[in-house]
Amino acid sequence: MISTSARKPQKKRTGDRRLFDGGPRPAQKGGARVWAVAFWLGLWQLGALALGQRLLLPSPAEVLVCLVRLAVTADFWHSVGWSAARILGGFLTACALAVVLAALAARFRPVRELLAPLVTAVKAVPVVSFIILALVWLPSRHLSWFISALMVFPTVYLNLLEGVDRTDRALLEMAWVFRVPLSRRLRDIYLPQVLPWFRSACSLGLGLCWKSGVAAEVIGLPPMSVGERLYTAKIYLETPELFAWTVSIVAVSAVFERLVLCLLDRLSARGEKS
Amino acid sequence: MTVEIQNLTKSYGGTPVLQGVSLTLRPGVTCLMAASGGGKTTLVRILLGLEQPDGGTVMGLEKARLSAVFQEDRLLDRLDAAGNLRFILGGDYEEKAAAELLAELGLDLGEKKPAGEYSGGMKRRLALARALSVPFDFLVLDEPFTGLDEENRKRAITCIRRRAAGKTVLLVTHDRSDAAGLEARIVGLELERIDAP
Repeated sequence: MISTSARKPQKKRTGDRRLFDGGPRPAQKGGARVWAVAFWLGLWQLGALALGQRLLLPSPAEVLVCLVRLAVTADFWHSVGWSAARILGGFLTACALAVVLAALAARFRPVRELLAPLVTAVKAVPVVSFIILALVWLPSRHLSWFISALMVFPTVYLNLLEGVDRTDRALLEMAWVFRVPLSRRLRDIYLPQVLPWFRSACSLGLGLCWKSGVAAEVIGLPPMSVGERLYTAKIYLETPELFAWTVSIVAVSAVFERLVLCLLDRLSARGEKS
Repeated sequence: MTVEIQNLTKSYGGTPVLQGVSLTLRPGVTCLMAASGGGKTTLVRILLGLEQPDGGTVMGLEKARLSAVFQEDRLLDRLDAAGNLRFILGGDYEEKAAAELLAELGLDLGEKKPAGEYSGGMKRRLALARALSVPFDFLVLDEPFTGLDEENRKRAITCIRRRAAGKTVLLVTHDRSDAAGLEARIVGLELERIDAP
């Protein structure tokens, strides 16, 4: 005999029951969506049309044409290469210094205490103060390297220190009981736990080094630098060129950020496989 | 190897956890039983060198090779069973020996799954395998059978009895049957001197 309950029609689950909708949606991987970029470009185009003054606000199309015109010249690539070498050199210097000092600060409390006021001061002092001061000490060709390193160092150092501080103590204790040597502790405990902090610092630092490095070049005016080209465009009221150089800085910065983060992700994946 | 614990005291923020604990741990399994918060974990941490006592002495562990199954598994979740064993053994890791040990505990060396994806019981057995894979003079087993079903518990007991025979072992458990399975000497009188905070 078939039970009566088996014949009852099943209610649709969605009809009588509230279902979790997943909550706030996480951000899409891969940066801004095309429609959002198109919206802002459209708004820019409308603004340029409404204003009607190329000198104050060139249209996106004018900037694109200018960028293409610049990009086919050797001078453009020479300037980008010159600035990239110094700015990324500053970034790498900051990373290397931050790794060494964060390791020392994590191990020796006096080192951490000694560096704390310096790091706080570097974070708080406006970048332009350092640029003007550094111009007194250094030739202008080294300025962007020095300023980039100085601006990136606190971010990387503090993130690394935070990563080391948050490393799982239970695992460190386990390693200590089993007398696991430092090299293996570094590879299998510290590195996987600190790497996400380093990655996040690199992402922040790469944007920061380009901003501060180009600002230093605009003030120090080293010949053939991107900063000098920006300054020249401003002097000659070549606003589309000013915009084109700015776009190229954003693009180069984004490319290097992708490259560095991709490298770190590969390193992390390799560590997980081994 | 004999471990002599004399008049051990430890306080946290003025609250006494251990007050004048004296124990002698001889070769064989000694089972430490006390109520929760009774200072067992503190005593274990002192014996493993993870805490300094406020007073008293521990003798016999100065040059001893220690091994432990911690209350929590403390595994490297990203690594598989072989990776976890390799982490503590380094160049001394031998695949054949590792496979045999894992098989004794019902685990498979060929399983390349990271430990983080293991079930609770598998993690516990891997933690046990890790502790038994190193040469040791003194072994601490802190609730080693938590989360194991009867079959795996029996396997684990057999494996410990075989691999820790003649060694000094401290078993911390709430379960008297664990102590019976390992033919442990249950510490009773001395425990009355471990005061709960």
